[in-house]
Amino acid sequence: MKLKALFSVLAATALIGGNALAADVELLNVSYDPTRELYQDYNAAFAKYWKAKTGDNVKISQSHGGAGKQARAVIDGLEADVVTLALAYDIDAIADRNLIPQDWQKRLPHNASPYTSTIVFLVRKGNPKNLKDWSDLAKPGIEIITPNPKTSGGARWNYLAAWAYALQQPGGNEAKAKEFVGQIYRNVKVLDSGARGSTTTFAERGIGDVLLAWENEAYLSLKELGDKFEIVVPSLSILAEPPITVVDKVVDKRGTRKVAQAYLEYLYSPEGQEIAARNFYRPQDPKISAKYADKFVKTRLITIDQVFGGWRNAQKVHFSDGGVFDQIYAPGAKR
Amino acid sequence: MASIRRFSALPGFRLAMGYTLVYLALVVLIPLASVATNTVSLGWESFWRVVADPRVVASYQLSFGASLLAAAINTVFGLIFAWVLVRYTFPGKRLIDALIDLPFALPTAVAGIALATIYSKNGLVGSLFQPYGIDLAYNPNGVLLALVFIGLPFVVRTVQPVLADLEKEVEEAAAGLGASRWQTFVRIILPHLTPALLTGFALAFARAVGEYGSVIFIAGNVPMVSEITPLMIITKLEQYDYAGATAVASVMLIISFVLLLIINALQGWAQTRHGKGG
Amino acid sequence: MSASIALPGATDRYEAPSTREPLWVKVTLITLALSFFAVFLLLPLGTVFAEALRKGWGTYLTVLVEPDALASIRLTLLVAAIAVPLNLVFGVAAAWAIAKFEFPGKRLLITFIDLPFSVSPVISGLIYVLMFGAQGWFGPWLAEHDVKIIFAVPGIVLATVFVTFPFVARELIPLMEAQGTEEEEAAVVLGASGWQVFWHTTLPNIKWGLLYGVILCNARAMGEFGAVSVVSGHIRGKTNTMPLHVEILYNEYNYAAAFAVASLLALLALVTLGLKALVERQANRQRREALRERAESSGE
Repeated sequence: MKLKALFSVLAATALIGGNALAADVELLNVSYDPTRELYQDYNAAFAKYWKAKTGDNVKISQSHGGAGKQARAVIDGLEADVVTLALAYDIDAIADRNLIPQDWQKRLPHNASPYTSTIVFLVRKGNPKNLKDWSDLAKPGIEIITPNPKTSGGARWNYLAAWAYALQQPGGNEAKAKEFVGQIYRNVKVLDSGARGSTTTFAERGIGDVLLAWENEAYLSLKELGDKFEIVVPSLSILAEPPITVVDKVVDKRGTRKVAQAYLEYLYSPEGQEIAARNFYRPQDPKISAKYADKFVKTRLITIDQVFGGWRNAQKVHFSDGGVFDQIYAPGAKR
Repeated sequence: MASIRRFSALPGFRLAMGYTLVYLALVVLIPLASVATNTVSLGWESFWRVVADPRVVASYQLSFGASLLAAAINTVFGLIFAWVLVRYTFPGKRLIDALIDLPFALPTAVAGIALATIYSKNGLVGSLFQPYGIDLAYNPNGVLLALVFIGLPFVVRTVQPVLADLEKEVEEAAAGLGASRWQTFVRIILPHLTPALLTGFALAFARAVGEYGSVIFIAGNVPMVSEITPLMIITKLEQYDYAGATAVASVMLIISFVLLLIINALQGWAQTRHGKGG
Repeated sequence: MSASIALPGATDRYEAPSTREPLWVKVTLITLALSFFAVFLLLPLGTVFAEALRKGWGTYLTVLVEPDALASIRLTLLVAAIAVPLNLVFGVAAAWAIAKFEFPGKRLLITFIDLPFSVSPVISGLIYVLMFGAQGWFGPWLAEHDVKIIFAVPGIVLATVFVTFPFVARELIPLMEAQGTEEEEAAVVLGASGWQVFWHTTLPNIKWGLLYGVILCNARAMGEFGAVSVVSGHIRGKTNTMPLHVEILYNEYNYAAAFAVASLLALLALVTLGLKALVERQANRQRREALRERAESSGE
C-alpha cells in the first residue's frame, strides 16, 4: 500500500521532470551563498538573450547555500546543469566523483572564473575600533565575525588572505603565520556555516566589530542594509576566483549541454560582465573593468597558486581534519 | 505468528502486525541501518579517532550538558506550570494551557530566527542583559535558551494529567495528621509525581540532544565552545566526509535508543505504580 | 467560615484550607509561570508577527502571493497530504496489533516506533541520502532508471514520513489499551467481520484520539526543517518547503518576507493548538469514560 503510493509519487515526479515542451528548456544552477542577487539579474538577461537567439524559452532554477553543502548535494545526485561555486576545490570534489573531467578549469577563460572578488573588512560606521589592516584584527578585544572555513568557501578565502598577509610581513614564516591566524580566530565571536549567516549576524544582530566578507557581499550589505557600515580594504588581500563549469554527466543525460554552455559563456560577454560588475563582482573584461574602476579599490592581491600551491594543497594543509585550522582550536592552543 | 500471542477472539493480528513491521522496517529500520553499515566500513580505529576527536567530544559535552540543564530547568518550570494550571484559577489560564505546546507546533527554523532576534544583544531581552556584560546569544547561553524553549511542553504535558488525577483525600489526610503544606507536598505529592516528572525530563532531554534547526541560529557555532553535535554531523557531511558524519551519527543514535528504552521503562514503572491511568 | 473568604477564583475543588497553599506561594507561582510564559513563548510568537507586519499589510500580502512563496506553500501542503495519511494508516495498524493483542517484544516494538522522535532531524535526512543519494545504496540503480528521490519531492516526503512516524501510533496505543477488547469481542461474537468491527466499534471509540494524533502529525509535517533541509536541494520554486523558504528569504536580507512566511507557519501552529485544545477535551473524555467503564466492569 505504502509502496504503491510511493511509486505513484515517483512516477508523477518522473513525468513532470521528463515531459517538458520542446521549446522550453530548464536549467538548474547550483551556486554558493552570496551570488543570489547576481544570478537573479543574470538569469533574466540570459533568458532574454537566448530567446532572441534561438526562440527557445529557458527557465533557470537557482539553488544557493554554503559552497560545501552545494557541492555535496551535486555529488549526492542534485541534477545541476551548471555549478557556480566559491572556489575550485569544491568543484574538484565533484570532479573526483567523475561527474566532470579533471581538467574542467581549463575549459573556460581565466581559470573558469568570469569574475573575481577579494576579501575586505566591513566595520561599523566611523570605524570605532580603527581597524585598518589584518594586524589590527589580531589585537586583543577585537570581535570578528567570519563563517566557518570548514563549510564556507568565502571563509576559506578569508583565512588564506590572513595567512598570506602574515607570510608577506618582514620576517614572516609559516610558524609566525600560524600564530597570527590563531590570534585572529581566537577573536572570532560567531562562526556561521555560510557567508550569509555571518553577514546577518554582524549587520542585523549587531554582533562583532568587523565582518570578514567577500567584497561583493560587503557592498551589497551597504546597499541593502543602509549606511551603518564602512568598507575597509586591507593592504594585502587574496584574489578570489569563484569558478564555474557545466556538469557533464547531467547535461549529457538531460540533453542541455548546448544551452548550459551558452549560459556560462554569456557570463564572459560584455553584457554578462556588466551585470557582474553591477553586482559588485570584479569583471575580467578590461573595458568593463575600466568603466567600473572607481568602484573597486586597488590593493595588492595575491593568488592561491602563488602562496599556497593551488587549492588541493591549501585544502589538505589547512582545512582537512586535523589540519592547521583544527589545530588552532585544539585544546591547549586556547587563550 | 499466531502461536506467540495470547488467545484473542479478535481478527486482524497478522495483517496489522505484518503491516506494522513492514512499514517500520521500510521507513525506519532499514534507513537507520545505513548509518550502521557506513560506520562499520570505517573500521574500529578510524571510528574511534572520529568520535573521540576533541572537537567532537566538546560538542557532546555541550549538547548533553546543555540538554541536561535545559531539561532540568524545564522540569522545575514544567512542574510549576502544571501546578498552576491544575490547581489555580487566574486570568489567562486557558491561553497558557493552549499555548504551552507552541514550541512543539512552531517550526524550528521560525523559532530559531525569533529567538535570535529577541536574545541577541540589540534584541528586546538581550539588550536588558547587555549593561551587566551578559551575552544571551551566540554562546552556550544561546544553546541553552533554545533548548529550554523547545523542551518546555514535555514536562508540563506529562505531569498535568497525573496531578489532575491525584486524590485530594490523601492530602487532606496528611493535613489532618498535622503535616504542614510543604511536608505534604514533599512527602505525598512529589513522590506521586516523580515518574511523570522523570518521563517528562527524559523526553525533553531526548528532544534537546537532537535539536538542530532552532539552535544553529543562536549558538555562535565556535569550535570547542558552542558547536552542538548535530552541527558536527552537518560539518563533516559538507566536507564530503560521509564516514565521519555517520560515525558521529551512530553515537547519537545509540544514545537516543538507550534514552528511549529508559523513557519507556519509566512509563511502564509509572503505569504499574499508579494504575493504568497516566 | 473560611470558605467565605476564599478567593474569587476558588470555584475549583481545592478550597479546603488544609490543602491550600498560602496566598504568597500561590501568587509567586502564578507570577513565575506567567513571566516564564511571556518571555519564552509569547515573546517569540509576538516577534514573528511584529516583524512580518513591520512594513505593513500591503507588503505582507504581496510577499505571500509571490510565485516562489506560493510554490513553497503548495509543496508543504502536498508533502503533508502524502505523509500524514501514510502515518495515519500505520498508526492505526500498529495500535491495533499492540493494544489489542499480547505478544513478546511489545516494549521493544514500541521503542522502535518511538525512535524517530528522538533521532536528530539531521540524521533523519542523512539516512535517506545514504540510501538514495548518488553515492548511496540504491544510487546507481536509481540513476540508471532515472528515478529521482533525493533532491525531489519523494525524498522530502520520505524524510517527513520518518520525522512524523510515531505521532498517530503513540496517541492511539494508550487509548486503545485503556479501552480493552471487550466491545470488539462482543461484536465478533455477534458475527461482525473484522472490518465491520473496526469501522463500527473501534473507530467511533478512538476517533478523537486519532484526530489529535493527526493534528500533531500534520503540524510537525508542515514545520519540519532539519531533516527536509538535508534532502531538499533548495531549488527555489521546486523543492523548497515553507520552513526552507523562510530560511532562504532570511538569507536574502528579505526579513519582512521571511517573517511573513514564518507567520503563516506560526498561524498554522496556533490553529493546530486551537484544534488540539478542542479535540483534547473530547479525547480525554473518551479515555476517562473508557477507564471508568473498565473499572466498573472489572469491579463487578
